[in-house]
Amino acid sequence: MTWVLDEQRRMLRDSAQGFLSERAPVAHLRALRDANDATGYSAALWRGFGEQGYSATLVPEALGGLGLGVAEAGLIAEQIGHTLAPTPYFSTAVLAAWLLKTAGSAQQQKAWLPRIAAADGVMALAVDERPRHQPGALATVAARDGGGWRIDGEKLLVLDGHAADALIVVARADGGTALLLVPQGTRGLQVERTVMVDAHNAARVRLDDVRVGADALIGSAESGAQLLDGVLDVGRVVAACELLGLADEVFERTVEYLKQRRQFDRLIGEFQALQHRCAELFCDLELTRAIVRQALKALDDAAADSALRVAQAKARACLTASRAVQEGVQMHGGIGMTDELEIGLFMKRARVLQELFGDAAFQMDRAALISGY
Amino acid sequence: MSAVATDPSLDTFRRDTRAWLEANCPPEMRHSVRSEADICWGGKRFNFQSDAQRAWLQRMGERGWTVPMWPREYGGGGLTHEQAAILREEMAALKCRPPLQSFGIWMLGPAMLKYGSEQQKRHHLPQIARGEIRWCQGYSEPNAGSDLASLATRAEVHDDHFVVTGQKIWTSYADEADWIFCLVRTDTAKKHTGISFVLIDMTSPGVSTRPIKLISGKSPFCETFFDHVKVPRANLVGELNGGWTIAKYLLTHEREMIGAIGERATPRPVGRHAAERLGRDEAGRLSDGVLRAEIARFEVDEAAFRAWMRMAGEQARAGEAIGALSSALKYYGAELNKRRWELMMAVGGADALEWEGERSQHGAAARTWLRSKANSIEGGTSEVQLNVVAKRVLGLPGA
Repeated sequence: MTWVLDEQRRMLRDSAQGFLSERAPVAHLRALRDANDATGYSAALWRGFGEQGYSATLVPEALGGLGLGVAEAGLIAEQIGHTLAPTPYFSTAVLAAWLLKTAGSAQQQKAWLPRIAAADGVMALAVDERPRHQPGALATVAARDGGGWRIDGEKLLVLDGHAADALIVVARADGGTALLLVPQGTRGLQVERTVMVDAHNAARVRLDDVRVGADALIGSAESGAQLLDGVLDVGRVVAACELLGLADEVFERTVEYLKQRRQFDRLIGEFQALQHRCAELFCDLELTRAIVRQALKALDDAAADSALRVAQAKARACLTASRAVQEGVQMHGGIGMTDELEIGLFMKRARVLQELFGDAAFQMDRAALISGY
Repeated sequence: MSAVATDPSLDTFRRDTRAWLEANCPPEMRHSVRSEADICWGGKRFNFQSDAQRAWLQRMGERGWTVPMWPREYGGGGLTHEQAAILREEMAALKCRPPLQSFGIWMLGPAMLKYGSEQQKRHHLPQIARGEIRWCQGYSEPNAGSDLASLATRAEVHDDHFVVTGQKIWTSYADEADWIFCLVRTDTAKKHTGISFVLIDMTSPGVSTRPIKLISGKSPFCETFFDHVKVPRANLVGELNGGWTIAKYLLTHEREMIGAIGERATPRPVGRHAAERLGRDEAGRLSDGVLRAEIARFEVDEAAFRAWMRMAGEQARAGEAIGALSSALKYYGAELNKRRWELMMAVGGADALEWEGERSQHGAAARTWLRSKANSIEGGTSEVQLNVVAKRVLGLPGA
C-alpha cells in the first residue's frame, strides 16, 4: 500500500508519537533554546533514539540496523514535525546513514553504521555554499594530494556541523563530484556554530588546505553527482515529511482554538471567512500527504519518476506548511505573536525546512525541467 | 493497481476477458473518446455514430459489462472489485472505449440499488444497463440552487398517482432524455422532510423542455416544465417525504464524479504543450518565465490532487474513508480544472480566441474554457463544498 499504513508502519508511527510526546514535547526545544545549550541537542534524547531503534532505521540489519526504507524514515520525521524535537536524526540517521549504506566502502560502513544505529555519534553533510540551495554550483574543490585529497572551500547550513564527529564534504574533484569524510578536529577545518531562527543546529564550515586520506572518499568522483542527487532527494522528501507533520499539528491546534475562542458573543469558528480558509487548508494537507507518501514509495521502489515525485512533494509540503503556520498565527490573533504560545516555534521551524535543500520555487523549477519545459 | 496475482481464478478471468474483448470489441471502438461525438449516451432517441458503436453497446450490455459491478439480476455483470479492476485494465490495454455513459449508470442506478423497491430495480436497472433508456436529473430550480431543499415543484398526492406542476432548471440533456428522476415537494409545511424522489416519463402529457444557451454557445442544459403531469404512485422511490436522504446520497456520487474530472482521462500536460507552442530557452525552460512559474505551480497541484484521489480510493478500500471527503475532492478538482483552462487559454493566445471555423475546431479551446466555469457551480458550488468540509470534516460550529 502506498498511502494507508500497514500494521508495521502503524506500530512505528505510534511508537514515535508516544516516545516524542513524552520525552521531547515542544517544551523540550524551548528549554534547550533558553538554556543556550552549547550542543543544541540533548545527548540523552539522542541515545533514546538509539534505544528505540529510530536511528537504526536505514542501517542494514547486518550492521546492527533495522534495514527499513525511506518510507519508515519519513514516518519518524513526520512525528518529529509534531513536537519539533531537535536531534541529529536528519543529519546522521537519514543523510549519513543513507550515503554510507548506499555507497560507503566496507570499512566505512563498519566504522560508522553501527555507531549511527546506536545513536553513538553525529555526522553532518556539508553541501550548500550559497544562501539559496544550488547544488550544481560547487566552489569547494578537492584536489588529488599524493595518495589522498586536499580540500578547500566554504559551506553553510551544515546541519549539526558543530556537534558532528565527522563531516561529509561535497566538493568538485577530478571533473566529477567527491563526497569526503572529514573527521572533526582535522587541521584546517574551522566550524562555526550558527544559532538559527528555529533554535535547531547548523554551522558554517571553512576548509583551508584540509588533508584527508584516499579512504575518505565515499563512492567515486565519477558517480558522485548521482550519489549527491540521491541523498538530496532522500533529504528533500524526509524534510517534506517533517513539514507535513508540523503543518498537521499547527492546523489541529488552530482548528481547536477556533472552537474555543469567543468574540462578538460567539465562537470565532462560526465565521464563514475562517471556516473556508480552514477547509482549503484541509485540502492542502490531504493532497500534500498524498504526494509525499507517493514520493516516499517512488524512492523506495527506485521508480523512474522518483526525482519528479520528490520535487512535487517537497514543493507542495513547503507551500502547505507555509500557509498552515501563517494561518496558525493569524487565526490565534495577538496571542499567536507571543513567544509563550508554541505556534511561533512551528513557524520558525517551517521556514528552515522550506529552505533546506530547495524551497518551493526551486522544486517547481526542477519539476518543470524534468517535465520538459 | 495491478490485481492480486496469487488467485488463479483471477488469472483465468483475465485470460477469458481479454479473449472476449478481442473477439467482440469492434476495431472502430478501440481508440479513446476524442470528442463529444464519440460518446455513446444510449436511449430511445440516440443516433448511433456507427454500426460498430451500436454493436459494441449491445454486446457489452448483454454481458452486463456496461455496469460491471451491479448484480446480475438487475442487468449488471455481477463482478467483484478485483474482477472489475481486471476488466478495466484489459479494456485499457486494448484501448476499448466505454460502451455507454449515462446519468442512469452514474447516479440513478446507485440510488435505486440502495433505495429502490425490488420491482423498480427489476424494471429500470436492466434498461439502464443495456442503454435503452436515457435518464436526466431534475434537481435545481430557478429559486433553488445552492439552497436546493427550498425547491417548490409541487407534487399533489392522490391515491394512486401524483400531479406534478413546476419548473426544473439545469437539467442536463433533458431534450434528449427518455425519463427524468426528480425531487418534488410533497409537503409544503416542512422543508427537508417534505421532499420526495419520483421518476417521470418525459413523454407524459404536460412535460416540456427548452434548451438553455450558455456562455460557451452550447446547450447541454435545459429548462424542464411540468404542467399538471400525472405520475403513477409506483414511480415514488423510497418513502413519501423521504427524498432528501436519497438526494444527499446522490449528490455525493455527483461530487465524486465531478471531482474526478481531473482523474478520469489523463489530460494533456500543460507545460510541455506550452513549451512546444511557445519555445524553450537554451537550458530547456519555457521561454515565458512568468507563465512557466504559474504552470509549474499548477502541475504540482495537479499531481498532488491525482495522488489524493488515489489515496482516497485506497483509504476507502481499507475502511479508513474520511466522511464528507467527496466535498473536498469536488471543490479542489473543480477549481483545478478552471485553473487548467485559464492557463490553456494563455498558452493558446490569439489562436485560442477564435470562435468559429475548422482551424480552431469551432472554438474548441474557448468553449471548453467557458464550460469549465460551471465546474465550481454544478453539483454544489465551491462555497457550499467548503461549508460542508468546515462543518462535517473539521467539526467547526455554526448553522
